[in-house]
Amino acid sequence: MSPDTSAAAESHRGHHPALVHHFDSLAEQHEAASLGMWTFLVTEVLFFGGALMAYSVYRSWYPEAFASASHHLDITLGAFNTAVLIFSSLTMALAVHAAQLGQIPKLKLFLILTMALGATFLVVKGFEYHEKYVEGHIPGLFPFNYQEEPQFFAHAQIFFSIYFVLTGLHALHMLVGLGIMVWMYVWAHNGTIDRDYNSPIEIAGLYWHFVDIVWIFLFPLLYLIGRHGTTAH
Amino acid sequence: MSATPAQSTLSAKPTLPAISPVMPEHHYLNNGYGLKSWLLTRDHKRIAILYLLSVSFFFLLGGLFAVVVRLELATPAGDLLTSDNYNKSFTMHGVLMVFFFLIPAIPATLGNFLIPLMVGAKDLAFPKINLLSWYIYMLGASFGSWAILTGGLDTGWTFYTPFSTVASTSAVVPAALGVFISGFSSILTGLNFIVTIHRMRAPGLTWFRLPLFVWAHYATSLIMILGTPVIAITIVLVAAERVFSFGIFDPKRGGDPVLFQHLFWFYSHPAVYIMVLPAMGVISELVAGSCRKSVFGYHFVAFSSLAIAIIGFFVWGHHMFVAGQSVYAALIFSILSFLVAIPSAVKVFNWTATMYKGSVTHATPMWYAMGFIGLFTIGGLTGLFLAAVGLDIHVTDTYFIVAHFHYVMVGGTIMGYLGGLHYWWPKMTGKLYNENAAKVAAALIFFGFNLTFFPQFVLGYLGMPRRYHAYPPEFQMLNVLSSAGASILAVGYIFPIIYLLYSLKNGRIAGANPWGAVGLEWRTSSPPPTFNFEKTPSVTWEAYEYPEGVESHVA
Amino acid sequence: MSDHQHTQAQHIVPLSVYYAIFAALMVGTAITVWVAFIDLGVLNTVAALAIACTKATLVILYFMHVRYSTKLTWAVVASSVFWLLILLALTFNDYLTRHLSTYG
Repeated sequence: MSPDTSAAAESHRGHHPALVHHFDSLAEQHEAASLGMWTFLVTEVLFFGGALMAYSVYRSWYPEAFASASHHLDITLGAFNTAVLIFSSLTMALAVHAAQLGQIPKLKLFLILTMALGATFLVVKGFEYHEKYVEGHIPGLFPFNYQEEPQFFAHAQIFFSIYFVLTGLHALHMLVGLGIMVWMYVWAHNGTIDRDYNSPIEIAGLYWHFVDIVWIFLFPLLYLIGRHGTTAH
Repeated sequence: MSATPAQSTLSAKPTLPAISPVMPEHHYLNNGYGLKSWLLTRDHKRIAILYLLSVSFFFLLGGLFAVVVRLELATPAGDLLTSDNYNKSFTMHGVLMVFFFLIPAIPATLGNFLIPLMVGAKDLAFPKINLLSWYIYMLGASFGSWAILTGGLDTGWTFYTPFSTVASTSAVVPAALGVFISGFSSILTGLNFIVTIHRMRAPGLTWFRLPLFVWAHYATSLIMILGTPVIAITIVLVAAERVFSFGIFDPKRGGDPVLFQHLFWFYSHPAVYIMVLPAMGVISELVAGSCRKSVFGYHFVAFSSLAIAIIGFFVWGHHMFVAGQSVYAALIFSILSFLVAIPSAVKVFNWTATMYKGSVTHATPMWYAMGFIGLFTIGGLTGLFLAAVGLDIHVTDTYFIVAHFHYVMVGGTIMGYLGGLHYWWPKMTGKLYNENAAKVAAALIFFGFNLTFFPQFVLGYLGMPRRYHAYPPEFQMLNVLSSAGASILAVGYIFPIIYLLYSLKNGRIAGANPWGAVGLEWRTSSPPPTFNFEKTPSVTWEAYEYPEGVESHVA
Repeated sequence: MSDHQHTQAQHIVPLSVYYAIFAALMVGTAITVWVAFIDLGVLNTVAALAIACTKATLVILYFMHVRYSTKLTWAVVASSVFWLLILLALTFNDYLTRHLSTYG
């Protein structure tokens, strides 16, 4: 906020119940909240980035084992889930749009849609995890089974370890996202959110879209290695 | 922030101290007394006090482990502790000091207290998140304490794999969880500072009118935001390997323990700058305030903080010269490590230049500032030895390293912390401490510190390895000196607790501006009111605009 | 920013933009699956990452409104990418040169 604009904003002090004492206007409050969320998302990029670096190192060391292990993931479910998340990003964007125009019933509808899609993603993910358990592809916790290509027995465990860390953390972020959506729904329902104060919806949306972006990278990196043949690069 | 027409514009001249200052009627300390008024506060100043008490507690706890270590090393034989218990003692000393004291020490206490005051804001941008960060810190610290109580940790503070994931039988997971959780408190503090400094500066307070303390904390916050998540994921990976037996760093399954070291040091080297940059910010304030001059080369000092924060991310591999990384990686990391010396030297030269022809007052804060400059210079210069691959290989894992980082951490961060605490104590409490007692403590700390750690440079160069509870008898002389110094240092650290607490009840009333310093924090009462300023200040002057010939009335 | 002082600083994006981006993301997902089954050698990985980066950029610019945001927001986004690249570049500076030689 450039300081000289705030004199006019000063006259709005106390006009909105959502304005907290140490800000002069909702605009200033929103700018701060938005910058705060973006800064938080930077930390998220580097959080996932650390695991992606482990992924990159081992994929460059063991390309064949990674391709072999990747073939055990269900590409149909992965692609379906990618579409589900992209769809949920759309409904989230539409929720923000509705909030900006003060269309609360629409906002609530899109929040419910977003939650439903997020939950769908998690259910599908649950089925995938269960399949991994049945196939014996959870390293460490359960006896690891890789009889079909025993030469990759050790290195495939690295792939699956990283797979579970990355997708598990992603699923955890989805769960947190669902919690935030419930919270936003309550605020939309009880009148906290209105045309002048839709900042929380937009901030929550930033988080949701970020989680979507993580999956946009995870899908090709985990599911689509060396799909064109038996050898990988 | 607001600029109403009725706004009074403060003049650049600091108000001369009143003859007999009185305590303000309403201030943040008497705005509620119950436990609830503290534990549910959103006032950044009260949260700073909560942090001050907690980090000081963990400093003393970490210090206790150091006492045990130095006692053991007073004799060559491993007679006081078993080797296992010795391993646990130095590990707990390191973990407590690094994660629960040094990293939050200055930002969460002085930074929390001063940044809103210095930018002329009523509070930090997110007061609830600020309080949350303290609770997260306490939760993390509880896990750390739990690790001590359930058998301790023996991996060293660095948690190196595969020892931490496969071999160690100590409480790795509780300790790692503690570090993981307290990392979030650090992230939230950094986030709050960044948003506050960007969005909440008072009218007229441009970036280049900000105190250098604020610049240093901005740079620190960048590191907290960009580095801490990487240690968080590293700990997740280690925990997954230890708890679920996943294979990520496990050599048996083709994993690479050196990858752990890359991830660990990507955070933990910049974390050194999380510890020392805020201290540098403190020193800039102390030097300007005690010399009654603008800091020489303000822009250079401001940008050198950012340069240290950024270049600090390029150098982590110098911790891994003997770990098995490639020769070329070592070469690149070595060259990049030398680069960090440039902005660090800019600061030291500019503080020194600021003193030149300044009307230097010799109050306690200035003693700490001078102590910092000297000790940090030694710590920094020995860092150059260590950046050179050949020399580093000679002294890797010896006491030379131990001495080097204690000169930076203790000689740097703790001197800055104590100096800052003495400088702003009158602001925080409204009371003056006993100046003579404070000088005795400062002298004890400086003398005790050098006696403790200078011999360790020699020991390390002669080849005494770190992390052993026994050593050859020819090293005893220097070790005894070191242990003797440590006991002097311990007295030096206990002393301020006594006279600072004493001053709360019996100290003279400080008044708004006992040092006659410029800067927004001195333009409100001591202690400040809950919302910091009666009227939002409007800044029309440059940083450190000291008029000629005004002396402070203390010292 | 000064024109937004009365309510929140915000830009209302037309719905058609959201639908267009959604369509582009779906097409991108289809392409990334399709291209994975064609043998392009090392270019398979490059293609997968290029498509993922494009999709992420679209989400960031339009769904997350960065296209309409302040320079500061751009800087924040850029810094996350830059620091991720530091992490990858300096680590691979080790891994890609390991085979050349080591000492010790």
